Amino acid sequence: MDINSVPQDDSTTYASMKKAIYAAGKNGKMQTVGSSGWDVEEIATKAALDEIENSIQNAYEEVKFKKKSPLYYHMYDARMDLLVLAQSTGFFQWTIKRHFKPEVFAKLSEKKLLEYCDVLGKTLDEIKTIPEDRDE
Amino acid sequence: MNNFEHKHHAHCESGVMSSMLRHHGLNISEPMVFGLSNALNFAYIPFVKIGGMPLIAYRSMPKSIIKNIRKNLKIKMKLETFSSKKAGQDRLDQLLDEGKIVGAQSSVYWLDYFPKEIRFHFNAHNLLIYAREGDEYLISDPVFDKSVRCNKESLSKARFAKGVMAPKGLLYYPISVPKKIDLKPIVAKNIKKISKSMLKTPVPIAGLRGMRYLAKSILKLESKEKKYAKLFLGHIVRMQEEIGTGGAGFRFMYASFLQEASELFDHDEILAEASKLMLEVGDEWRDFALMIAKSIRSKESIDYKAISDKLMDISENESKVYKKMLEFKADV
Repeated sequence: MDINSVPQDDSTTYASMKKAIYAAGKNGKMQTVGSSGWDVEEIATKAALDEIENSIQNAYEEVKFKKKSPLYYHMYDARMDLLVLAQSTGFFQWTIKRHFKPEVFAKLSEKKLLEYCDVLGKTLDEIKTIPEDRDE
Repeated sequence: MNNFEHKHHAHCESGVMSSMLRHHGLNISEPMVFGLSNALNFAYIPFVKIGGMPLIAYRSMPKSIIKNIRKNLKIKMKLETFSSKKAGQDRLDQLLDEGKIVGAQSSVYWLDYFPKEIRFHFNAHNLLIYAREGDEYLISDPVFDKSVRCNKESLSKARFAKGVMAPKGLLYYPISVPKKIDLKPIVAKNIKKISKSMLKTPVPIAGLRGMRYLAKSILKLESKEKKYAKLFLGHIVRMQEEIGTGGAGFRFMYASFLQEASELFDHDEILAEASKLMLEVGDEWRDFALMIAKSIRSKESIDYKAISDKLMDISENESKVYKKMLEFKADV
């Protein structure tokens, strides 16, 4: 790639940051050029972000209608999934799945709750509930 | 305070090592660090999942740049991990008080200076901490164009994030760095090594074989749900570009390394040619990403065969670069 072809597409997923791209300048000499974004990359990142947003919204509704415990929402809201939450807490996946049941979650020991608080970055009060509404 | 100077790099691990060594008087570029640590690769590991997607990587394992640079350049370095947050914080403060600049491994998700758009649970990010002001740390994050600040709480959470590739508070810093190193023999050795390993990987999931394996898997997306297929394809592009690779999954950076290597050997023509070829292969990787982006956007059916064929072509053309590199005979 030539330095003049380095895309400058002001991608929203770059959040005004610049990425250093290696490209050929004068006489083919390679150097870095700051890129403000590339549409191609933005499409891929946005598709992934949309997928995450869908999971959070679905989880929010399931918790709101008491089908799942607040933990289920907070997991997705922290951009995790069952696998990552299990790896982070050290709990088995099936244990966590049980904790997704509102009645099981309600009886969880403070020790276990604090473990979730730690990896999800929440306080004890926050993890027991979900926000009134989501604005994202 | 030390007079550390931030520099914008393409990639976190190679960027940290380049900045760190330059600070200690050894002027070595990011592409040179990348080339000398044998970091270029390709891997497609379908049975290891990240966010529900298979592991796809355009470079070697995390931490291998640090470790290979230490080994190949014979730099005395210390790597420390910690069993508690408190111990990790105290040690960092102590090192900074001594005027050292310190490399650290961290999660991306918990670093508050990262924009929300790219905060994912990736535990093998690297950054340099060069000073502290009260509860704020002055950080040179190579993938940012300016130096940044991070508060103690956030930095600590990022350094001690749990899960896969957990950083365990890893800190690293050199103890002694030679001011001058004869890079020639190391360059020659690593060019040979990487070419051989890319061409003749014993396992089908890495090197050029890994690319062909991924190409075949793309064909199989035909029978999968379209939504999944699009996320899968998008995932390839993200691994190639989003994480900060200098473009085209490190291929542009490697082309730059080959160019520097050519200059080192009195403008060696074979290496110059290999650099040019690698740059062209990089352009093809960008075309490949463009094809994918178009198919993600499009409402029509996806031409998996075309995308798969493109990747097959790339693996063929990339093999020519490594064959060219093998023609290089160093006179050292």
